[in-house]
Amino acid sequence: MNSNRRTAAIPLYRLLVPAIYILFLMLPIYWLLSMSFKTTNEILGGFSFFPRDFTLENYIEIFTDPTWYRGYLNSITYVVINTVISVTFALPAAYAFSRYRFLGDKHLFFWLLTNRMAPPAVFALPFFQLYAAIDLYDTHIAVALAHCLFNIPLAVWILEGFMSGIPKQLDEMAYVDGYSFPRFFVKIFMPAIASGIGVAAFFCFMYSWVEMLLSKTLTSVAAKSIAATMTRTASTAGYELGLLAAAGALTIIPGAIVIYFVRNYIAKGFSLGRV
Amino acid sequence: MISKSVKQSAWFFVIPVVFLVAFNALIPLMTVVNYAFQETFGDNVFFWEGLTWFEQVLNSDRFHDAFLRQIMFTSIILLIEVPLGIAIALSMPRKGPWVSVCLVLMALPLLIPWNVVGAMWNIFALPDIGLLGYSLNAIGIDYNFTQQPISAWITTILMDVWHWTSLVVLLAYAGLTAIPEAYYQAAKIDGASKWAVFKWIQLPKMKRVLTIAILLRFMDSFMIYTELIVLTGGGPGNSTTLLSIDLVKLALGQFDLGPAAAMSLVYFFVVLLICWVFYTLMMKNEQQ
Repeated sequence: MNSNRRTAAIPLYRLLVPAIYILFLMLPIYWLLSMSFKTTNEILGGFSFFPRDFTLENYIEIFTDPTWYRGYLNSITYVVINTVISVTFALPAAYAFSRYRFLGDKHLFFWLLTNRMAPPAVFALPFFQLYAAIDLYDTHIAVALAHCLFNIPLAVWILEGFMSGIPKQLDEMAYVDGYSFPRFFVKIFMPAIASGIGVAAFFCFMYSWVEMLLSKTLTSVAAKSIAATMTRTASTAGYELGLLAAAGALTIIPGAIVIYFVRNYIAKGFSLGRV
Repeated sequence: MISKSVKQSAWFFVIPVVFLVAFNALIPLMTVVNYAFQETFGDNVFFWEGLTWFEQVLNSDRFHDAFLRQIMFTSIILLIEVPLGIAIALSMPRKGPWVSVCLVLMALPLLIPWNVVGAMWNIFALPDIGLLGYSLNAIGIDYNFTQQPISAWITTILMDVWHWTSLVVLLAYAGLTAIPEAYYQAAKIDGASKWAVFKWIQLPKMKRVLTIAILLRFMDSFMIYTELIVLTGGGPGNSTTLLSIDLVKLALGQFDLGPAAAMSLVYFFVVLLICWVFYTLMMKNEQQ
């Protein structure tokens, strides 16, 4: 165990386990990429490990057809709106939970978490009725608000963890120095938990980006999500696997970019700040 | 743990969150409750049905089967993902350039939309043109997940392991990196075996993050829908029809809204109950 001080001296077998695991993770992704560069004829013609007639046709179709690329733009729009709403609303609430005791605080916290446990399949139909009733059906804001159901509780949970790690003396010192509460919160407290905010935003982005049942239920034309676009392709355009694979491969990119930015916080972030 | 002072006005900080979440949670929940206890023939006219739907759902073989399959699925993936995740986290390097590479590559499956995960595994496992399906058949294993229930189950479990083990790895890894080097040195002086180090130092330090990992994995695996509907569609037959899929089949496929709503409530209640037990245990641990 001590050997991890000298990184060069890590025994080979210890690198072998993560290496095999990563290989296992990459195989289906490789296959998706490989499929996306094949023509429909080649795919249906039989098995080939590498694309024989390498083609960019599938990608060109996606980038030139508005129904395709708008799907991505719509999805990214509601994900960003949701992330901003979730983190902004969760910040003061998490502060209250981490600093004060108040009537029903523990019950309230658990109630919030229960919404993280609500199966979306249970809520899909009522959500459709609710958002249709208030005239928000098929808008970005509808999906963004619906995703708050599970993202706000998660953001509160994560932020509360990070805030509890900040000693209360910081708050008290700021008051002594004559800071008003809003100024203290924005100028001193938020920078102190910057990594926590980043991690909470990462999780909100992640869960909103990967969730597909509600986003599909709540949009039809104007704000159609990429999931809905892909489902339509799978059912109407026959079975164009190459196109579907290319569309799938492109959905990996936003996630990959986000991971790259938070790579140094991932380990700490997944522990929700309080190991 | 910091000491908290009592301040009722802190409620003002949580009101926006409560309002937003309540809007999304309570109104749809009331809709479900409405359908669960009443019969409707449209036009907003409802007839009181009491517990009829609940009795019907709780006594139906269909619900029992879906529930059993769900329990089996969740138990299998927890039994695989948690030990596997710990093993991988233990063997990962703690410092150096490989750490970032490992973390980024491992986190990748977590950020792929769920319908894409299903589609990806579908084309990966197709017996004639998929890499996995073709390779298995080429070495003489009869494998066809669209026709054989066993193959469908194996594919589903492999997909979930592929999709979510990284979450356990990252959480366990976060727990491990928080252990001070001095602990290991002390263990070395005492001549502790690797197993002893794991049992007395690493495992206790990972307890909290592992609880979070198990809680998250339990909740999410109990709700699995999108990946599965794209991969197997609940088939062949009903062999991979887990609770969520059964529910959607009932509600949208047959439009039996009453029984579907009753089933939703039972389903939600089961998840809540199990999570409440987990949560209470977790909070108890934290206070010690």
